[in-house]
Amino acid sequence: MSLQGTSRETGGVLIVDFSGRITLGDGSAMLRKTIRELNAAGQKKILLNLADVDYIDSAGIGELVSAYSSVRTAGGELKLLNLTKRVNDLLQITRLFTVFDVQSEEWTAIHSFK
Amino acid sequence: MAPKPKRLDVMLESILESVDVAESMIMRISDSAGFTDEECHKIGMAIREGVINAYNYGNRKDRNKKIRMIVELAADTMVIHIVDQGKGFELEEVADPLAEENLLRTSGRGIFLMRAFMDDFTVQRGPEGGADLVLTKKLPIPGSNNGDGGSRGKES
Repeated sequence: MSLQGTSRETGGVLIVDFSGRITLGDGSAMLRKTIRELNAAGQKKILLNLADVDYIDSAGIGELVSAYSSVRTAGGELKLLNLTKRVNDLLQITRLFTVFDVQSEEWTAIHSFK
Repeated sequence: MAPKPKRLDVMLESILESVDVAESMIMRISDSAGFTDEECHKIGMAIREGVINAYNYGNRKDRNKKIRMIVELAADTMVIHIVDQGKGFELEEVADPLAEENLLRTSGRGIFLMRAFMDDFTVQRGPEGGADLVLTKKLPIPGSNNGDGGSRGKES
């Protein structure tokens, strides 16, 4: 299933609900395009809800890292919400849990932004 | 008498679609071999990373070059070769993606994931000088849960 994303704004935080796979090709390109548009629109508080993303490969991980770096470079913050077990495990073994702020509750995540 | 080893030898095009083709092929074989759903997922992902490596870095997306995948099912192991037609590489030259200075790199995690998800992973020189990735997984012992607590989607 290719990656799909819908955006909504709550409490000044732009939440993108993704579903599908973030893998080499369409999935990673879709994530890249979304982040590029949010950066261009000046969004500084971005929360990626990955509750319905159950597969990320190395290209998808790279795209998430790229998203994190580009949002920070633009002076914003990017956090992850509701990881599935597989994605959670992947971030653990790649040590990216030490990079990303990973949240498990939307309300808490929204209020964690500065 | 020990069962006869099974062998599959396929030639894949150097196109993005080959990544999904190889992954779904190996997941079907792994399922038939008795691996749990979770193990099938890990093996599928390792092979996915191997074919991405061959497509991106070995053959450099050159459609004139092929990716060969060989699956050998022996008595107690499944060995998968992914062979490209590139220049080959040495494992020692691959940067550690877990090193602090590499955490924000946007690439370079494929080899690490293949190592993490298989029992053994080596790289040797292929017959044409490209990389021959050799990924090995011990076959599950019938009746065991394979130690990962996973469950099979169907019983055979």
